Amino acid sequence: MEQKKPKKRHSLAVNGNMLSGTIRKWFPLFLLPTVAAFAIGFVYPFIKGIYLSFCNFKTTSNAKFVGLENYIKALSDSSFMHSFWFTALFAIVSLVLINVIAFAVAYALTRGIKGSNIFRTVFFMPNLIGGIVLGYIWSMIFDGILSRYGTSILLDSTLGFWGLIILMCWQQIGYMMIIYIAGLQSVPEELIEAAKIDGANGWQTLFHVTIPCVMPSITICTFLSLTNGFKLFDQNMALNGGQPFEFLADGNVIKTTEMLALNIYNTFYQNSNSRGVGQAKAVIFFLLVAALGLIQLNATRKKEVQQ
Amino acid sequence: MNRSVFRNSKKSKTFLTILFAVISIIYILPIVTVLINSFKANAYINTETFALPTEESYVGLDNYIKGMNYGNYPFFKAVGYSLVITIFSTALILICTSMAAWYITRVNSRFCKLVYLMCVFSMVVPFQMVMFTLAKTADSVHIPYYSFLSHSLESVGLNTPWTIPIIYLGFGAGLAVFMFAGFVKSLPVEIEEAAAIDGCGPFRTFFMVVLPMLKPTLISVGVLEIMWIWNDYLLPYLVLDRTKYMTIPILIQYQKGSYGAVDLGVTMALILLSIVPIIIFYLTCQRHIIKGVAAGAVKG
Repeated sequence: MEQKKPKKRHSLAVNGNMLSGTIRKWFPLFLLPTVAAFAIGFVYPFIKGIYLSFCNFKTTSNAKFVGLENYIKALSDSSFMHSFWFTALFAIVSLVLINVIAFAVAYALTRGIKGSNIFRTVFFMPNLIGGIVLGYIWSMIFDGILSRYGTSILLDSTLGFWGLIILMCWQQIGYMMIIYIAGLQSVPEELIEAAKIDGANGWQTLFHVTIPCVMPSITICTFLSLTNGFKLFDQNMALNGGQPFEFLADGNVIKTTEMLALNIYNTFYQNSNSRGVGQAKAVIFFLLVAALGLIQLNATRKKEVQQ
Repeated sequence: MNRSVFRNSKKSKTFLTILFAVISIIYILPIVTVLINSFKANAYINTETFALPTEESYVGLDNYIKGMNYGNYPFFKAVGYSLVITIFSTALILICTSMAAWYITRVNSRFCKLVYLMCVFSMVVPFQMVMFTLAKTADSVHIPYYSFLSHSLESVGLNTPWTIPIIYLGFGAGLAVFMFAGFVKSLPVEIEEAAAIDGCGPFRTFFMVVLPMLKPTLISVGVLEIMWIWNDYLLPYLVLDRTKYMTIPILIQYQKGSYGAVDLGVTMALILLSIVPIIIFYLTCQRHIIKGVAAGAVKG
């Protein structure tokens, strides 16, 4: 055994090198197309975007360097701060609701009840519909209900908030449910049997056996719904577009249901004089989402090591 | 109550089935409402949203007929562009990124590691970060091609439905490379070595040996890309030349968002027409879609 092991490793290394050596010559066919597109579609726009966040510009060609001015303007913009808190609240509320409901549904559907396949199909379906279309479907439904009470989703920011939450739940529960079902199906039967024999009741088995076993799925789903909540754009624009507006004493306008992504978009495209500020906001937004994403990657990697 | 729900008794199972049947019906009601309202006149949609069409409000297929050329843009042109963009982009992403991921994993040079790290990094960058600069880049980068119509060398920007797949490849490469590389790492090198010894060059090794083994990941990535690109609004809206090219989400937003008289009936008809192909696609390849989503989420 001890003799075989190093021998095998040695031959592998030689072959591996030979293989990689011959593949290396094929760079133009295998790697170049992706790298070139990646440079055009991501790397260059990203670097240019960071540079432009320190500039005053209307188009990319007439940029003037202004230092940190844009960042100061962005952070002192009351509408941006409002949208940050609105988005954070939205992301947390939707995170809790989506995950609790999706887990409950997944748990029930893995009990072997009749028709679970049909239910799974139905619950996942809204996920395939795009955000713009979803927004307009629900704006029709909400207006149909609210018009009886003489109001509209566009008139009340609390209604707008809960409208977005309902829409988001309708869309995302199915997706998270699929991930939870995959996690629940990988929980070994013997563990649950053993818990039952030991006299654990339904709730005890759920909290002390099942949930610890599906922790990886829970990490994935919570962070997915958190970043999805933060990045929400299409649904926000189509459902209420930030309405109702609130006029402040200092002349500023706050769009009360405007989320971060939409706020950035409006800063860019509603007023071409504030593009530098828009780009600075986008960088702040990126840092925020990237921090969340990196925490997620770290957490999942740790989980993988444990497994 | 708790016990009866969680015990595997017949009674609680029947109860759950009935409960979920009711919830399922409520769950598809929004889509049914769209269907109902697509047959109503505009004036009745806001006041009688949930009522079936009556003799007064029923307009037959009028909304659908009007929708075909609403806002002076033929609906089927938008469907065509959506199809072209989704199919070409997904195909391009699958071919290019699977090749790239295999190359990166097997060669594993310093440059490859850098590309891989950048790909992972790009997954956490929200689109708003690059939207302005990306749209400007797409306008300014031109690809030369030989025109058989004018028999001369011409060039085209990346802002047409036929060239936007390159943008999608660039912005979507991160997740795809990440998922493919994860799978390639789990493949035994010995199979490829055997192929190499049998006289296969890297080209044949990849397309005849590696690619068939990648099938499950090809399906997962394909499903995720199709769902993303078909429904994407902001990227094509900013990149494409909007006077000429609209996709379905752009057209619906354009009609609903334009000020003046918005015909809700027509909007509902178009929304229904845009949902039907997705639902058919979903019901036919449901197993693959659900598997793909589960696999993609676990890795991504």
